[in-house]
Amino acid sequence: MKTLLVAEHDNRTLTEATARTLTAALEMGGDVDVLVAGKDCGKAAEAAAGLAGVSRVLTADADSLAHRLAEPLAALIVAMAGPYDALVAPATTFGKNVMPRVAALLDVAQVSDIIGVEGPDTFVRPIYAGNAIETVRSADAKKVVTVRGSAFAPAPAGGPAPIETVATEAASGDASTFVSAEIPELLRPELTSARIIISGGRAFQSAENFKAYLEPLADKLGAAIGASRAAVDAGYAANDLQVGQTGKVVAPELYIACGISGAIQHLAGMKDSRVIVAINKDPEAPIFQVADYGLVGDIFELLPELEKAL
Amino acid sequence: MKILVPVKRVVDFNVKVRVKPDGSGVDLDNVKMAMNPFDEIAVEEALRLKEAGQAEEIVVVSIGPAAAIDTIRTALAMGADRGILVRADQPVEPLGVAKALKAVVAKEEPTLVILGKQAIDDDCNQTGQMLAALLGWPQGTFASKVVIDGETVTVTREIDGGLETVRLTLPAVVTTDLRLNEPRYASLPNIMRSKKKPVDETTAEELGVDLAPRLQVLKVEAPPARGGGVRVASPAELVDKLKNEAGVL
Repeated sequence: MKTLLVAEHDNRTLTEATARTLTAALEMGGDVDVLVAGKDCGKAAEAAAGLAGVSRVLTADADSLAHRLAEPLAALIVAMAGPYDALVAPATTFGKNVMPRVAALLDVAQVSDIIGVEGPDTFVRPIYAGNAIETVRSADAKKVVTVRGSAFAPAPAGGPAPIETVATEAASGDASTFVSAEIPELLRPELTSARIIISGGRAFQSAENFKAYLEPLADKLGAAIGASRAAVDAGYAANDLQVGQTGKVVAPELYIACGISGAIQHLAGMKDSRVIVAINKDPEAPIFQVADYGLVGDIFELLPELEKAL
Repeated sequence: MKILVPVKRVVDFNVKVRVKPDGSGVDLDNVKMAMNPFDEIAVEEALRLKEAGQAEEIVVVSIGPAAAIDTIRTALAMGADRGILVRADQPVEPLGVAKALKAVVAKEEPTLVILGKQAIDDDCNQTGQMLAALLGWPQGTFASKVVIDGETVTVTREIDGGLETVRLTLPAVVTTDLRLNEPRYASLPNIMRSKKKPVDETTAEELGVDLAPRLQVLKVEAPPARGGGVRVASPAELVDKLKNEAGVL
């Protein structure tokens, strides 16, 4: 069994999702090589070589790979796929973009967003936004798998593994060109990777209240801010903050739901959080059924008190 | 240009699905079905491109059971021009669907295919990328903005931590993210009118496509239930519990 892990990086640093994906890849058994494809990505390759369990790091350096567009990167992976039994990547927007393209070019099914490894060909994954968990076996000669980071611990430091350069002739093509990227400097952690998330719902009544009551708490906790679909639809929060089936699926250490009733659409996006806190004035709200700690009362009184208590 | 919009009939997103006791799957009998929400966004985007004079015809296609015609009718009522139903009575996987769509593309020769980024039943997020791969076309996934400019389409993509803009040479495949637009509701007169719009029916066999699943589902289980929670009396008690009991602060 040989596995190729496609690393996610920005040419300098490796994402934590990659280290978490490595843990899943090692659970599948066999040797794990890591592909670091990009432009001037030596630093990222060194970071990958420093993770425990990596057999080799393969660096592919080319202008066409600078932004890791799906078309050249998938072509490169397919050209390298020969000796590998499994191709894995994190189930981030990066992995989700590239890997299905790889799978189709190899004519194999992909197993998306796995949360468990039962064997080299058997995986556990959530369906219906986490309302059901399926175990699937892939009969394909090569397994193409994306890994949900929050389900696996990051691989520890180790190594260093040897770094080798691979040929990049395959990675050409000009049907797709990178124009620009807009990565705002985040004042707070990114929603999908935050350790703590504090989320607001319709009960905030206005965008001003949403900001005024949640931001100080988020800053104090070092938390990301999330929102229910109701809060987004009412215009209290931007829709990239939406947690739920049609928004982002999160699994932080601590999720604090404030003034959120707990519709299934929202629960689907957060119920795998390790600890859930619900603050709501309706003691019958469904959110209390999944909450580890519930506080019944008015958010406008309780949130400032909570901030003081921290 | 012609735009092809694949749509999927899925469980309505408001329904809490139940796992069958025998672990063979999810119980879909007597459950409300609807168009996959991301596909509604795809239909809406195609309609807007048509309204802006950038597309002449919008063809919707669905691969699934006979009842998937309702989903096609919904898209026609929103404003799409005609439909294609590829009958498949067994469950289908993204790779098979992508192959069927490739065959439909070969017949219809659209310039742009717009799909939802994922279906809310299997949560795969694969079909658009696979279709692009099989066609050898460029892909613009998780689109939050789509601008057509002559021979190219510029797609702003939602990526982790921000946005990325790519320019694709047409023909191309685009998949929609939530932020792209707000889909319209079909008005009653348009629902009536949609019943007269043509829907062709075909099968995977006629298209020469093998839809047999590649993945064997060994079991489907309900997610582990969360332990019963406790009520706390005050924010101070909450902070104390989070620090000393749960250890998350």
